[in-house]
Amino acid sequence: MVEHRPLTAFLTHLVLILGVIAIALPVWITFVASTHDELRMNQAPLPLWPGEYFLENMKQTLFGSGLSGTESAPVWLMLLNSLAMALMISTGKIAISLLSAFAIVYFKFPFRMGFFWMIFITLMLPVEVRILPTFEVVANLGMLNSYWGLSIPLIASATATFMFRQVFLTVPDELLESARIDGAGPLRFFFDILLPLSRTNIAALFVILFIFGWNQYLWPLLITTDTSMTTIVMSIKQMLEAAEQSPQWNIIMTTALLAMIPPVFVVIAMQKLFVQGLTETDK
Amino acid sequence: MADIQLKDLVKSYGPTEVLHHIEGDIKDGEFIVIVGPSGCGKSTLLRMVAGLESVTSGEIAIGGRRVNELEPSARDIAMVFQNYALYPHMSVRQNMAYGLKIRKLPKDEINRRVEEAAEILEIKQYLDRKPRQLSGGQRQRVAMGRAIVRDPQVFLFDEPLSNLDAKLRVQMRLEIRKLQQRLGVTSIYVTHDQVEAMTLGDRLMVLNGGYVEQFGTPIELYDRPASVFVAGFIGSPSMNFLPVEISTGHATLPGGGLLPVAAAHSGAATLGLRPEHLKEDENGPLAIEVDMLEQLGASTLIHGRLHGTGHSITASVPGHAHDGIGSIRRFSAAPELTHLFDTVSGKRLAV
Repeated sequence: MVEHRPLTAFLTHLVLILGVIAIALPVWITFVASTHDELRMNQAPLPLWPGEYFLENMKQTLFGSGLSGTESAPVWLMLLNSLAMALMISTGKIAISLLSAFAIVYFKFPFRMGFFWMIFITLMLPVEVRILPTFEVVANLGMLNSYWGLSIPLIASATATFMFRQVFLTVPDELLESARIDGAGPLRFFFDILLPLSRTNIAALFVILFIFGWNQYLWPLLITTDTSMTTIVMSIKQMLEAAEQSPQWNIIMTTALLAMIPPVFVVIAMQKLFVQGLTETDK
Repeated sequence: MADIQLKDLVKSYGPTEVLHHIEGDIKDGEFIVIVGPSGCGKSTLLRMVAGLESVTSGEIAIGGRRVNELEPSARDIAMVFQNYALYPHMSVRQNMAYGLKIRKLPKDEINRRVEEAAEILEIKQYLDRKPRQLSGGQRQRVAMGRAIVRDPQVFLFDEPLSNLDAKLRVQMRLEIRKLQQRLGVTSIYVTHDQVEAMTLGDRLMVLNGGYVEQFGTPIELYDRPASVFVAGFIGSPSMNFLPVEISTGHATLPGGGLLPVAAAHSGAATLGLRPEHLKEDENGPLAIEVDMLEQLGASTLIHGRLHGTGHSITASVPGHAHDGIGSIRRFSAAPELTHLFDTVSGKRLAV
């Protein structure tokens, strides 16, 4: 529906502009805060325009020990930890759910639907519910303070399995039959035909899962005690209550800014595939 | 090249038997069309030959070799699907080469075969396109190309033309026939379209409800249909059927007319008359009350009812018909062009 009345045009723009401000203002304040020194950040009123300490703050945050007077890891290491965790979670989730969806859709084995429902039911169990037993298992396996401990317990995904099942169900049976006549075995069919056909869905899911992995807070907090394994999201919170001094807003905000960059980059880089993957139904 | 034997073939889904004891011998290089209405089991039969459906009992042999337990890829067949089933993410060239790549043929051999098939099918300029950039007819050719490059013993076609428009269908029909004659590969072709069946097949297998009604050449099926079903299915417009009483070489029509027929039989029977075999004849025993005329240009179809009864009947007369709706026109038919069927079983009565 397209209308050209001045009042509605004004109202829609008003709503949109308010929305943009609501989202952009905190980001702007974060950026501004990362460009002032510590002194300025503790004076009222808060600055609204950038200062000239951006590069210094950035240097201190990335390569220094972060906050002065604490012994946390440098932020570049945290970024690396977060990146490793997010990538392991998202690729792991995609690989496992692709394979389990493939098994459920294309193979007839006993209790097939039983397995499907078991996977489906785990949708109702978020990390927080099973966190204690999972911690016990991870601790007994000696995976505390390791990348494996950070990622493996979060790797199984009912949502992704379910989504890929739906994607595979839209692939016409004739393609499978045609591939069988061409002599392709199950794995060949999977890699040569199913994977390329699910390309956009995989990309869409990757974006969602990467951000999910990047934003993990509770789980990393529980299983990492070594500062060299700290992830960036948990470190921001720790910085706020570090030592008994007033928060160093310039450093904290620089860290926050850095923490935002990888997810934003992933979204922008995969935007086209992301939208295609969520909207396209045609195979 | 190979012959195909179907021996006592049965297919059941659970307790439901859908194909009943199919027998058939297909000679090397023959073009066989399996034809029948939807749900008659024709596609199932084809898919059993392809190996996409299991065989409940009986045997399928290709080139004298039992193939019941073989994977589709081991049967040395190629299949063309109704919706073409091209791999959407591969170019035409990759689509055609995929099966050969899996069989690990040398690269230059694959290229040679693909180029050759593309040449035959006139799709050379599309080799690097994706299937979605092609029209229906072109996709159809690619699907055929994919079958040709495999150089199989048997071609299987599952209603390959039903997604095309009428004009293209006629054209592709001719091309498939020419191609098959040129390559000489034994082919099985499934369709529900009787014109397609008549024009393509060396022999036709008419299926109805999972039974083979008749297996013979198009002309045999037209001249001597084995049952009411085949008689009604083959030929367009379809045959007229009238319940008659036979005695001493005459059929007593409903309404009282006497039509000479070639029959040794006497008693009740179903009389079959093809519309094109009805001749206008002032003294003919068939009085048709005209309801409607269909002008086809070269001929005219007269739809009406047998005078004094409710039996509808169609006659085809050459040339243009003068209007005459509501009038009564009389027809006769030559005794050798009449067909008689058993009223209960529907089987053809021996002359």
